[in-house]
Amino acid sequence: MQPFDYVKPETLEAASALLLEHDGQARPFAGMTDLLIRIERGFVHPQVVLDIKDLPGMRDLLVVRNGDLRIGAAVAMNQVALSPVAQSGWPLLAEGCASVASYQLRNRATVGGNLCNASPAADSAPALICYGASAHIFGPDGPRKIPLEQFFLGPGKTALQRGELLTAVTVPFVRGAAGHFLKLGRTTIGDISLMNVAVLGWPDSAAPSGTSWRIALGSVAPTVIRAPEAERLLSLDTSPAGLEAASVAAAAAARPIDDIRATAAYRTDMVRVLTRRGVERVLAELMNDE
Amino acid sequence: MKHDITFTVNDEPYGLTVQSHHTLLHVLREQLVLTGTKNGCSEGECGACTVLLDGEPVNSCLVLGVEADGHAITTVEGLAVDGHLAPIQQTMVELGGTQCGFCTPGILIAAQALLQRNPDPSEYDIRAGLVGNLCRCTGYTRIVDAVREAARLQRQPITG
Repeated sequence: MQPFDYVKPETLEAASALLLEHDGQARPFAGMTDLLIRIERGFVHPQVVLDIKDLPGMRDLLVVRNGDLRIGAAVAMNQVALSPVAQSGWPLLAEGCASVASYQLRNRATVGGNLCNASPAADSAPALICYGASAHIFGPDGPRKIPLEQFFLGPGKTALQRGELLTAVTVPFVRGAAGHFLKLGRTTIGDISLMNVAVLGWPDSAAPSGTSWRIALGSVAPTVIRAPEAERLLSLDTSPAGLEAASVAAAAAARPIDDIRATAAYRTDMVRVLTRRGVERVLAELMNDE
Repeated sequence: MKHDITFTVNDEPYGLTVQSHHTLLHVLREQLVLTGTKNGCSEGECGACTVLLDGEPVNSCLVLGVEADGHAITTVEGLAVDGHLAPIQQTMVELGGTQCGFCTPGILIAAQALLQRNPDPSEYDIRAGLVGNLCRCTGYTRIVDAVREAARLQRQPITG
């Protein structure tokens, strides 16, 4: 492996300054479960890696004053997946995080790393997008916050500018919501998503169907995407016919490619199938809660 | 770049100088000559390099040696106490859960951690808990049997 230096900055300001100073030759890391593999395979050649996991707030997982769940960028997947707070208030997210790789990998892999890799198959992203999460960024001009949906620009590309790093995501609490994360891999558990669907529904008396929805699709487009037409159709009608129409609309939102893991045609059809299953399960749960 | 670290491995304190880019796996095998921990895939898929870091299993091929500074590591060499095999080691031997043996150290560590957090795992729990440990020999059935039997032994009060 190509040698590199290791530096552990003590403040966000120092981390940002180091990123600027090395001008692309410094890589921040938290879990090291992706970066080291890329270095070893020669995809990236950093002069220095910055260990940011112990910076202030990076490993905090807590409910903040406005009721949002705040997840520091270096919070491990298992920390979310096994958290009673996340399991009860943000179950869709806990499911997504629990579906990542193996138990030992989830002990190191972090939510922030999953997001910053900007893989369309990132398993924490669909749930976070359904809840309307925000990305908190720190850089040379101080902190800023953007909707997570705007954080992803393409495979491996994020909205992070020079000298910036992701510090946390905040996840709004959606009252009365039920959600499910459905994922297909080559194996039942532990594999990377060949595609996935996150479905979140909640009671809404203003909606004709009495419910509002968010649906996010993974690994079927250059970034994780929403299926807005499917969401709209479900807010109008959750009868079996409405559900079928919404599932077809979700599949129409997908823009997948053929690759080593699956064909585009298969992925598109699985969006239809998993969306319907997800919505059915959420509807059953919402009715149980009434 | 070199870093001085202090950590414990199998309850023994060590002070070492490690290279920035050397993994914990490399440090354990090459510097401490604890070669029980194996290097399989170097990318967190096979689990042969699994060790406990502060009691939790991690892929030591994806942890930098310098990151172990101040932490407690347990390797397969640390499972037996005073020459007595841990229950999971005993049942792996007795029930044939090991063939070529390359995956075994990682399986033992992952299984030990599983039994720690779940003393009565179902077959699904065992298979899910060991999904990060690949075995190309056994077909897993006897490994699952060994974990289940170790769980039973651990729950049973020792008599006689």
